[in-house]
Amino acid sequence: MRDVAIIATAQTKHVRSATTVNEVELIQPVIQEVIERSGLGRHDFDFTCSGSSDYLAGQPFSFVMTLDAVGAWPPISESHVEMDGAWALYEAWVKIQTGHADTALVYSYGKSSPGDLPRVLSRMTDPYYEAPLWPTSVDIAALQARAAIQAGVTSEQAMADIAYRSRTSAAANPFAQLTTSAQPLALMDEEYLADPLRRHDCAPVTDGGVAIVLAAGDKARSLCSRPAWIRGIDHRADGHHLNFRDLTTSPSVRIAAEKAGVANGPVEIAELHTCFTHHEPILRSALGLGDDVEVNPSGGPLAANPMMAAGLIRMVEVANRIHSGEVSRGVAHATGGHALQHNLIAVLEGEG
Amino acid sequence: MTDTASSEPAPIEIPEGVWSQPEVDMSAIEEIASVESVRSVRAFASLTYDYTPGLATTRFLRAIKEKRLVGERCSETGKVYVPPRGVSPVSGLPTTEQVELGLDGTVVSFCVVNLDFTGNAQEIPYVSALILVDGSDIPIYGLVREIPYNEVQPGLRLKSVWVEDSEMTTSFENIKWWAPNGEPDVPASELADYV
Repeated sequence: MRDVAIIATAQTKHVRSATTVNEVELIQPVIQEVIERSGLGRHDFDFTCSGSSDYLAGQPFSFVMTLDAVGAWPPISESHVEMDGAWALYEAWVKIQTGHADTALVYSYGKSSPGDLPRVLSRMTDPYYEAPLWPTSVDIAALQARAAIQAGVTSEQAMADIAYRSRTSAAANPFAQLTTSAQPLALMDEEYLADPLRRHDCAPVTDGGVAIVLAAGDKARSLCSRPAWIRGIDHRADGHHLNFRDLTTSPSVRIAAEKAGVANGPVEIAELHTCFTHHEPILRSALGLGDDVEVNPSGGPLAANPMMAAGLIRMVEVANRIHSGEVSRGVAHATGGHALQHNLIAVLEGEG
Repeated sequence: MTDTASSEPAPIEIPEGVWSQPEVDMSAIEEIASVESVRSVRAFASLTYDYTPGLATTRFLRAIKEKRLVGERCSETGKVYVPPRGVSPVSGLPTTEQVELGLDGTVVSFCVVNLDFTGNAQEIPYVSALILVDGSDIPIYGLVREIPYNEVQPGLRLKSVWVEDSEMTTSFENIKWWAPNGEPDVPASELADYV
């Protein structure tokens, strides 16, 4: 295996609605910033990969328009995933492993504000049995939360504690959207949005984007004083149909964590793609994290959840803390689909 | 149940041997033995979006309401893009300089449309062309009229034909079509970079 590291990162200040800019205007400053931080020139990238979804903006082939922001002339080697940017990073990592690239630019973005996001996300369900019922992402998450509470995995009180901790942690994150919270007991007095979920249990609707630069071996060492090495990375999917799954556990996370080697060393921090508060205990359990492991010091998706970017941002938040020397080993998790269906786990480490 | 829609769909005729789904023997389950198999499901879907043109395209759309065409220039290559979307596709840098364009243009490529896929909105045949607006470096699509379709060729000079001033909105549809402006054709060699 080749040593591959995240050597530079950038992200937007995440907001509820970036109404004045289009997608390419949203992501262009982030791409320009990460290129400048990497020390590479615009034409020095062997591979470029992006993640986004046409369903968010309601525009076909919208990712082709945002390619303008990388200046794809003369023609470049480029790819796109209709998935979170964490999977764009995975594709770039594979490209580097195969020896076809030494450097890669990876970016992803989502403008969820043009549509009704929970309804838009209902289109991820199977088209015959589930999609005609228009179950929103919040409806499906509520089924999972109810199952998790009944199984003793979590409680409404524990979920309120997670919401409070995440949003107050985000006060130190200059990119976060939500940075304050009422006390957990006050949160519990709110009405249900979808029983047993209250508003605070749900990640906000967010517009935003993220970009990273990957480099291999000595190239990474020459460009970055403390690269965030990807020591393990793996992604697994559970079944698509909700009724085929035990929603209170995540076998796909457990297997991906084993393959990525999460348990091969101490986990100092974990950035988890928790779109709902009850995701955290399910993920903690599947990852085998002890109670002492700090989860989502950035505030996580409960503080800013740009679709298609929030997973890659988890890797960025771990990588930033390795770059700065704050931590030496951390775990990043990204998810796609409903109720934690598809999961990617990466172990990042600093040297020395 | 054969369909979820209120109106019955036309029966689907499938040639012998093409249908790969074998008939399922359900006779063992008494309750469903007499149930008709599902041949198709119609699930109607509709999502509503608020379109955000962005900063550069908003500047373009506000200008077009005043019968002006405005492009934006790449600070690195000097190329002018219309309609602008805010970023130069060559340099990847924001375009910030607005450039007032002409209201005339030149055909760089075209096709004669013989299929009616507009539902009689357009009499066929008609000509859809790539038109290089004066002062810009990338052609836009436009309808060419007021000239027989078989006389349109690359280099043909055109003027834009607009809706009445009272009907002007922030829309590209302010330009009804393009028509010959009487100027001599532009030599093909001058259009090589735009085809």
